[in-house]
Amino acid sequence: MEYEVVVGMEIHAELLTKTKIFCSCPTKFGDPENTHTCPICLGMPGVLPVLNKSVVKYAVRAGLALNCKIANFSKMDRKNYFYPDLPKAYQTSQYDRPLCLGGTVNINVNGKTKPIGITRIHIEEDAGKLLHESSDGTLVDVNRCGVPLIEIVSEPDIRGPEEARIFAEKVRNTLEYTGVSDCKMEEGSIRFDVNVSVREKGSKELGTRTEMKNLNSFRALERAIKYESKRQIIELKKGHSIVQETRKWDDVKGISSAMRSKEDAQDYRYFPEPDLVPIVISDDEIKKAKDQLPEMPEAKKERYMAEYNLPEYDANLITSTKETARFFESTVNLCNHPKQVANWLMVDIPAHLKEKDLTMDTIPFSPEDLAELINLIQDGTISGKIAKSVMEKMFDEEGSPKEIVEKHNWAQMQDTGELKSIIEKIVQDNPKSVSDIAAGNKKAYGFLTGQVMKATKGKANPQLANKIIREVVSKKIDE
Amino acid sequence: MSINNLTIHETKEALKEGKFSTEELVDSYIDHIEKIDPKVDAFLLKCLDRAKDQAKKIDSEKQNDTCSLSGIPYALKDNICTKGIKTTAASKMLYNFIPPYNADVYERLNSMNSIMLGKVNMDEFAMGSSTENSAFKVTKNPWDLSTVPGGSSGGSAVAVASDMAAFALGTDTGGSIRQPASLCGVVGLKPTYGLVSRFGLIAFASSLDQIGTFAKDVEDTAIILNAIAGHDPKDSTSLDLPKKDYTDQLKNGTKELTIGILKNYKAEGVQEEVQTAMDDAIAAYKSMGAKVVEVDFRYFKQALAAYYIIACAEASSNLARYDGVRYGFRAKDYTDYIDMYYKTRSEGFGSEVKRRIMLGTYALSSGYYDAYYKKAMQVRTVIINEYKKIFDQCDVLLTPTSATTAFKIGEKMNDPLQMYMSDTFTVPINIAGIPAISIPAELDHKGLPIGLQIVGPVLGEEKILQAAWALEKHFDFRKNQPNL
Ligand SMILES: [Zn+2]
Repeated sequence: MEYEVVVGMEIHAELLTKTKIFCSCPTKFGDPENTHTCPICLGMPGVLPVLNKSVVKYAVRAGLALNCKIANFSKMDRKNYFYPDLPKAYQTSQYDRPLCLGGTVNINVNGKTKPIGITRIHIEEDAGKLLHESSDGTLVDVNRCGVPLIEIVSEPDIRGPEEARIFAEKVRNTLEYTGVSDCKMEEGSIRFDVNVSVREKGSKELGTRTEMKNLNSFRALERAIKYESKRQIIELKKGHSIVQETRKWDDVKGISSAMRSKEDAQDYRYFPEPDLVPIVISDDEIKKAKDQLPEMPEAKKERYMAEYNLPEYDANLITSTKETARFFESTVNLCNHPKQVANWLMVDIPAHLKEKDLTMDTIPFSPEDLAELINLIQDGTISGKIAKSVMEKMFDEEGSPKEIVEKHNWAQMQDTGELKSIIEKIVQDNPKSVSDIAAGNKKAYGFLTGQVMKATKGKANPQLANKIIREVVSKKIDE
Repeated sequence: MSINNLTIHETKEALKEGKFSTEELVDSYIDHIEKIDPKVDAFLLKCLDRAKDQAKKIDSEKQNDTCSLSGIPYALKDNICTKGIKTTAASKMLYNFIPPYNADVYERLNSMNSIMLGKVNMDEFAMGSSTENSAFKVTKNPWDLSTVPGGSSGGSAVAVASDMAAFALGTDTGGSIRQPASLCGVVGLKPTYGLVSRFGLIAFASSLDQIGTFAKDVEDTAIILNAIAGHDPKDSTSLDLPKKDYTDQLKNGTKELTIGILKNYKAEGVQEEVQTAMDDAIAAYKSMGAKVVEVDFRYFKQALAAYYIIACAEASSNLARYDGVRYGFRAKDYTDYIDMYYKTRSEGFGSEVKRRIMLGTYALSSGYYDAYYKKAMQVRTVIINEYKKIFDQCDVLLTPTSATTAFKIGEKMNDPLQMYMSDTFTVPINIAGIPAISIPAELDHKGLPIGLQIVGPVLGEEKILQAAWALEKHFDFRKNQPNL
């Protein structure tokens, strides 16, 4: 019997607002414990939340980028549960009236486009962190309490681990593109929960699902689904039924294990947050937000193909991150050789970045520098081969391409007179080559060119050198 | 008449005329507190040295003319946060809690140089109608020390009724200002929900809680309301409205007013002498030229039921933060964090608070939400609409504040339902978010004050103050003083 793996996802992403969702504490990651706190995010008696308007703005932007409908009216609710990292003992979230509803994300699977439905996106606050390693017992760090989150809930449209990864990557790219979240997985600013079930291929009904929470890398996501779906299929084949439960994914051991069953699931006793007023957004405001939305990767890719004549493969790669696309466009605006710019950004630059453990964010030179390098090739100052060496020095931060070329005396010999006298000498010294050519052996030209390049330490413009060699040799033969 | 028996407007007049200094005024209050408070137990924390220093400063800098409340001594209910000053909500849970922030109302009074004499007693987390649920002490009614002062703002009512403060602030979630004001013979105002910021008020039921005033007369009430009303960006439910002077229309009389009377109020177990006071008030309004009309309100029972569901549901969530992790009481000898939660909350809360947390938790539980919380919210909408209809027919509504005068200490402690019933006339007002004032009318045969409630539509403060001021003139209640 053949099985189909069905996956639904919940993606939590921290928003890039400067301050928290209900107070003015900074959201900055990585500072010492409990330095970004105030009576409000500490849940002290009598304090009240005030909703940060930027949170709504960012969430609306995310909703529009994921093709959702923005609700004109939505509200906040309290999700009640006790845990030491949750100072108020409730998380302020959205329950039955979320901010965004019904979106779609188109993913590319084996060259085909497949739509994945977005059920809803809502805003909520993050909880703090428990630090268990301490000798003082368990300690609480409240810095993350109240950092704004969006929760993106997908429809169970995803089939299998690979699609799940592609979907997650697409959502992450979109959030990064729109500047809604920095999606730094290592800092936990984007986290994935997955619901996995399996069913007989062709069946319309969904199987019993299990949930795995807080997967924090694409690899963990893909592996967890692969493992869990295989486990379920084995269970079913043994004639067992699947227990609806939350399972823990152990990324080191590569296995999932039961954590708590549906019966043990908490009753969150949701009810409308009485300390906050409903969120009301007019159609005008939604339209304005839509107009301010940056160009999405797909649209950008189409435009690069049309406007710059890039092949689809190149356009895909160049638009895969916001920084690469921005670098590309800035460079093309300066030197107008799109294909060459793309080549550098697809091959040499990524290789150097990887080697130096850098990213497009931290690349040590500017689009102006890359444009200058390409112009140096175009005007024949340097060869393509030399250019690669210049690029290496650019990563070593030796200066602008012109400075590097000058410093290393890498400019091609442009002076025809000087080159001509070098060539005349070489032709004079190699009478055998001349007689070979006269006898019809054109290969001897290659030998002469090699001698010229050797004599000029590679700085001779090869086309120019060839032209002069032919003139000098035919004159010699005529003699 | 002693200095501390004066109203705010009388005190200001005397200060202006130089009859006494701010320091002499505060000294008079301090002496009186030291003499009277041991009998009535209103104060949880006295800030008398601080008050004296503040008075001296005001005198030396001649600040007492700058505004209507400068130099005026007052008491604050202990669920209103005061930076650097212990704020307990009369709960063991917060027995040592010192807030690092001020409530908006306290901030406003500070900026006017009013002088806070101390923090006064209440039912724990404002849950109760007698102040007997305080974790620390039982406050007595100055008119008869064997009776309760009402609650939950019992300490605030007693502080004003026994002249230990020129005014006091309290909070009203279901009648917690008006009922004790009624039982203690002072004026108590619950403003429209959102008119006064809740920032720094330790929450009981967020959608019902409102800070309000205790004063010796209606004019003082308007003066205090002027000081504490106003938009606060720290409270999202605070109304953003242009500033008003509530003393403007105060003395305009009642010729233009239509007073509504409920057809069926006597059915709610109203004590005969309270009915007599009502009849007296109706006759007075008629003689002053007001129009009196009968209106209908049929939902006392439903309002009380809805109130206890909504209030307890919100309380169960609002009070969940008291877990012993970050501040306040933490139980000793626990095995893990779950055990710490259990023990801390079992030992830290009193029985009425636990009862309401359990009621609220139940009402919000999955499977019961629709039958209880959702239903209660629907009732709330019905009640709001019912009041809209009533205020289409009249400007203000006159009712008793409490069906009976003060009851004996201990009388209702073992019968929570009977205790809940003492809020019949006050609870629907909070459900609708509208303003109401209680003013003292007469004394019953036992010498206990009877209060009457005047209710207005949303933001109808000016009208209810106007109607109350006229009725106050008629009753002249202040000729009566408790004998302490
Ligand atoms: Zn904060």
